[in-house]
Amino acid sequence: MSKVNYFLTEEQQMIVDLTRQITEEKIIPVRAELDRKEEFPWDIMKDMAQADLFGLYIPEEYGGLGGGTMENCLAVEQLAMGCIAVTTTYAASALGGYPILLFGTEEQKKHYLPDIAAGKKLVAFGLTEANAGSDAAGIQCTAVEDGDAWVLNGTKQWITSGGEAEVYTIIAMTDRHKGARGATAFIVEKGDEGFSFGKKEKKMGLRASSTRELVFNNCRIPKDRMLGRRGQGFIIAMRTLDLARPGIGAIGVGLAQAALDESVKYARQRVQFGQPIISFQAIQHMLADMATSIEASRALVYAVARTIDAGEKNFSKLSAMAKLFPTDVAMKVTTDAVQILGGYGYMQDYPVEKMMRDAKILQIYEGTNQIQRNVIGQALNKEYAKQG
Amino acid sequence: MKIAVCIKQVPDASTVRFDKEKGTLVREGVESVINPFDYNAIEAGLSLRDQLGGEVTVVTMGPPQAQDAVKEAVSLGVDKGVVVSDRAFAGADTLATTYTLARAIEKLGEFDLVICGKQAIDGDTAQVGPGLAVRLGIPCVTCVDELQVMDDGRKLRLKRLCEQGYDIVEVELPALITVLASLNTPRVPSLKGKMRAKKMDVPMMSAEDIGAEVSKVGLAGSPTQVASTTIPTFEARREMLQGEPAEQVDALVEKLREAGIL
Repeated sequence: MSKVNYFLTEEQQMIVDLTRQITEEKIIPVRAELDRKEEFPWDIMKDMAQADLFGLYIPEEYGGLGGGTMENCLAVEQLAMGCIAVTTTYAASALGGYPILLFGTEEQKKHYLPDIAAGKKLVAFGLTEANAGSDAAGIQCTAVEDGDAWVLNGTKQWITSGGEAEVYTIIAMTDRHKGARGATAFIVEKGDEGFSFGKKEKKMGLRASSTRELVFNNCRIPKDRMLGRRGQGFIIAMRTLDLARPGIGAIGVGLAQAALDESVKYARQRVQFGQPIISFQAIQHMLADMATSIEASRALVYAVARTIDAGEKNFSKLSAMAKLFPTDVAMKVTTDAVQILGGYGYMQDYPVEKMMRDAKILQIYEGTNQIQRNVIGQALNKEYAKQG
Repeated sequence: MKIAVCIKQVPDASTVRFDKEKGTLVREGVESVINPFDYNAIEAGLSLRDQLGGEVTVVTMGPPQAQDAVKEAVSLGVDKGVVVSDRAFAGADTLATTYTLARAIEKLGEFDLVICGKQAIDGDTAQVGPGLAVRLGIPCVTCVDELQVMDDGRKLRLKRLCEQGYDIVEVELPALITVLASLNTPRVPSLKGKMRAKKMDVPMMSAEDIGAEVSKVGLAGSPTQVASTTIPTFEARREMLQGEPAEQVDALVEKLREAGIL
């Protein structure tokens, strides 16, 4: 098979090989059942913990491997070839962990990161609320100082790994009159007084991932659980999402690649009108477009990931691009995969119907693709204004 | 607990080809992998170590490229490994192999437990585990399907599968066990393990290193001589029966009788 040379280092190739092995041995055999039962993939999370994957992005001094965005993208791309519900569960722990890594005090990092890196504790990131989605500034959840504690009240919605994670990074309003500058980040732990879980959502796809409500009812947490500075919550959330977005693009690449693999395999053996359907130009052109758009997505994701790892500070536009394009491609490619498999593609006996159901979330979560376009558009406006 | 796990590098069953004329395996261009049962042996060792502390050492006899098998074991979490390798070891049957492995294990030190896979998928003898136990003078429990630690690791309670049912056996350590695939699910490698494996130099032990008598190793120490090997052939024939269904049934029964199947 002719492959683009992305000049991976030996360590990066190891990450690819290992995550590929996990996908083949641990994820693919159980993905249909996990999807059907809406079962949280604890066994696979344990395998990933054993394999050191939860420490991929965490510095060595906190028990991790010190990898960057590129390493993270390589891992989730391979895992997504198996199941993006499993991959999202894995990736959500990094989304919850980044705020601690980026903005935590030394004490907070020492306290939380080693267990996160070892996969002993999953982390969840709580930003979204019923009335605060794309408009994150509309957060209603509040945190009020009370003596030596912060007291949280409100509800977070659609939180990935809610109820299963041990540690939660939560954005709440501390000074509502300041708008977006009035949000602050906090670390909440499962078992904290006044912290409970609401209903578990039933979803179109991504069904093995747990999506749940977090309920704060006079939830008291110690003062030292504030993350970053007071009023920095919105910046923390945006910085975290900027860093995570190429990873979502990489999930799109992996998912689309898996759908292409199924499509080509099927088209080569499905005979109609006396010949394999891959011999028909109608099918060939669909496959050609799928393969080409996937490779373009991969190249974009890797290039942006490497740019971030090289120390670029201003990367919101780039990471939005690295999320936008591959996830739109994933939706298109998985839809075409179902089309190529025809009636079989629509049946649950074949994996592509799940891939298509799953793909839709990639255009919605971690910022809808419309919001990504806003980010890119606004950045363009600013960049060109500077040029005069 | 100090644990030794014996492993063997075998041809990858999914890529193996046969030389029909010579009746042998074609080894060129075929990848070598760790014998499947040996993954279960490694996993058994690692989970005992994780539970009780201690150290797992893998031992393999083979050509220098068997270092790859040791490295893979290290990537899975094994602490140490050694390849017992010498031109003199070539052509060993199970008698010579058990002698060689026993000398190597004795040289490596004292072990509480030696674990082997039930059998290797190339030779399929299932003799090396029991033979090694005899050489080491320790009890042997084969075909272990369940394992439970007793008396803080001084004893094991084992379920061993037999042809008609199973035995529950308690054994005091030191002992040797051979394990089935049903005992556990082997873990995947870890990134830290893979990195450690990449950097390590796998130590080699020669006949001299282990103090082996030359007459007892390799071809010289092997009373088993393979007279010939053949590859089974599978022939399929097809014949369409004619006539009414009842006549076809009669004809079919007749054919099956002629073929000695009925």
